[in-house]
Amino acid sequence: MISTIVRNGFLALRRDRGAMMLSFILPIAFFSIFAIVFGSMFGDSTPRVNVLVVDEDHSPSSERLVRALRQERALVAVTRPDARSGEPAPPDYTAATAEAAVKHGTAPVALVIPAGFGANPISFMPGTSRKTIRILHDSSNPVAAQVVAGMLQKVAMTSLSGSMADLGMRYFAQASGGLTPQQRQNVESSLARMHDQNARRDAQADDAPAANGDSFGGLVAVEMRDVVGENKRSPMVAFYAAGIGVMFLMFTASATAGSLLDEAESGALDRILSARVSMTTLLAGKLTYSMLLACAQLTLMFLWGAAVFHLDLFTHVPGFVAMTVATSFAVAAFGMLLASLSHTRGQQAAIATLLILTMSAIGGSMFPRFLMPETMKKVGLLTLNAWAIDGYTKVFWRDEPVWHLVPQVAVLLGAGVILFLVARHFARRWESV
Amino acid sequence: MATTAPAASPLPLQIDSIVKRFGEVTAVDGISLAVQERACLGLLGPNGAGKSTLIRSIVGRVRPDSGSVRVFGQPANSPAARKELGWVPQELALYPLLTGRENLEAFGRYQGLRGKALREAIGWCLEWASLADRADSVVKTLSGGMRRRLNMAAGLIHRPRIVLLDEPTVGVDPQSRNHIFEMVEALRGEGATVIYTTHYMEEAERLCDRIAIVDHGRIIAEGSKDELVAQSFGSRSDVLMRLDAAAPNAAAWTASRGGTLQDGVAHFPVDRPSDIASLLDAAARDGLGVVDLVLRRPNLESVFLQLTGRDLRQ
Repeated sequence: MISTIVRNGFLALRRDRGAMMLSFILPIAFFSIFAIVFGSMFGDSTPRVNVLVVDEDHSPSSERLVRALRQERALVAVTRPDARSGEPAPPDYTAATAEAAVKHGTAPVALVIPAGFGANPISFMPGTSRKTIRILHDSSNPVAAQVVAGMLQKVAMTSLSGSMADLGMRYFAQASGGLTPQQRQNVESSLARMHDQNARRDAQADDAPAANGDSFGGLVAVEMRDVVGENKRSPMVAFYAAGIGVMFLMFTASATAGSLLDEAESGALDRILSARVSMTTLLAGKLTYSMLLACAQLTLMFLWGAAVFHLDLFTHVPGFVAMTVATSFAVAAFGMLLASLSHTRGQQAAIATLLILTMSAIGGSMFPRFLMPETMKKVGLLTLNAWAIDGYTKVFWRDEPVWHLVPQVAVLLGAGVILFLVARHFARRWESV
Repeated sequence: MATTAPAASPLPLQIDSIVKRFGEVTAVDGISLAVQERACLGLLGPNGAGKSTLIRSIVGRVRPDSGSVRVFGQPANSPAARKELGWVPQELALYPLLTGRENLEAFGRYQGLRGKALREAIGWCLEWASLADRADSVVKTLSGGMRRRLNMAAGLIHRPRIVLLDEPTVGVDPQSRNHIFEMVEALRGEGATVIYTTHYMEEAERLCDRIAIVDHGRIIAEGSKDELVAQSFGSRSDVLMRLDAAAPNAAAWTASRGGTLQDGVAHFPVDRPSDIASLLDAAARDGLGVVDLVLRRPNLESVFLQLTGRDLRQ
């Protein structure tokens, strides 16, 4: 029975060129445009950036730098994971755990201050011996890494004034041929007062942010490393394939489920229901067809991404299948709900356009959620788009194993079941009156 | 030795006092019917009389507010009843982007047919509807008459014992209509019990051995054509007198003579042809111009007019 309904759906699709265009060609066109235009360009919005800070040095200079980073308004700098309620505070991040956290998506950037940094923290010129601070970042959020690098130079300038003065005097002494004993005593006395003032200021450190100012390139040595996408050729393609794909899937699922309204209008629905087909069976058949169509669309989309944008599809097949099935099911059920809620095709189209564009906007199909404010990120979790994109990002960007997809798959499948049950409830109006 | 009388087999269709209201409107108002096996019952009535609601109650698409419908003794909407019923709705309830064969296959599967039984049923339907040569044409490319015939075939793919045809000739040309009549007659020849709704009295006269006249959700008369005419007119004939359009008080004058005025034509039941002369004298005496006059044996339309005061096509 269900196979017949599915077959009928595909036969009708094959003969409806408009629907075929909408299902397969238009999404690819939009996907390509977004991938090309936005693949290497992001908005100028710079919300606070989460950064994990690792201090391997534990010198006064490194501790001062960490403190200043935590006070920086543009950053949310943390040195250890959040403690779970009732459990002891977890240990500070190490270079390894911070890198793992960045790979997992906990934060887009980690900053590692190496041991020995405090002995010679800054330099005014190249070629001098100093330890290099490592910035480990996820290049799916390139804004974050640049913000942290800039803020680091600024913070170094404001927090390491003592070191700067020490170094300045050494340069002066070398260049002037040496100081007299009296001059040396005066300088050392002055530097001691400065260090003492710094120490007292550090002790009284409050949450007041440091004054804004231009970054000072090169004061501290920095090495940046992309720890997530270093081996990937097209960092954002998976994101846009999922984002655009899910949005168009929703439109297609809505149109497909709308055949219920056409059949109700033509009388075919009455005829089917007067035969040996129940409403639940009919809806299940429509859902199955819509889901298979969605799977085909997503597969085509990712194949296109692999062929044209070097998306690494073939080494991520299990994750892709899990996410595609879960996403397709949820989206198909969403379409069924829209159809069962609406009384006419026009009504359905209007509701669908409104809901889908809204969900796509806040769910990250049009603009990456990691660039959104925290509140919007949380609101976005109410959409199917967000869960689908998060899942595909785990698969293609973070190379996470399939079992890491459990939250995304469970939410999408659960949402699909609930949406289908609600759709079934509203479809009672098509049963005998 | 005592013998037990064989149990009477249940009637194909037994309807008891069903009532269906849609808000303030009572679409079916206490209809009762009993249809014998192999009979063809015509439900004759104007648009909006309640014929389609009655049919939809039989196939379980409408839930009556009261009363019952039984199909071979089984409640309507039960799986056993569905199996016995073949419904051809008034609308072209087909998949427009599928071919005729694909439509038949789909509706056959919805009726539980598979494999050889399905293939044979499709073959029978295509032959019965004379669509074998257009079986693989997409429905939307077929003519209106062909779509109507396919619509009928799709409703009967499972070869039901009771066939419900809801105005199957709506919107078709005379040639296609004749084709549909032949299809219904073929069904009857195979022993099907047929319920046929129409507002064309010639269709009911040609196809049905019993006719129920439906108006305002009620059956106002039931019987064979001859019985219905006899009930309304006895041995009388029908005089149709077309009056001058400018004639004043034509309706009142017609009513005072025991007739009914319809579209400028006064209908009078007369016992003898000689009564015509007295009608003409009265018209002349009262100053009414008579354009033409016809004497005819009453038909179902006359019966409906007699019973309701309205034309069947209103």
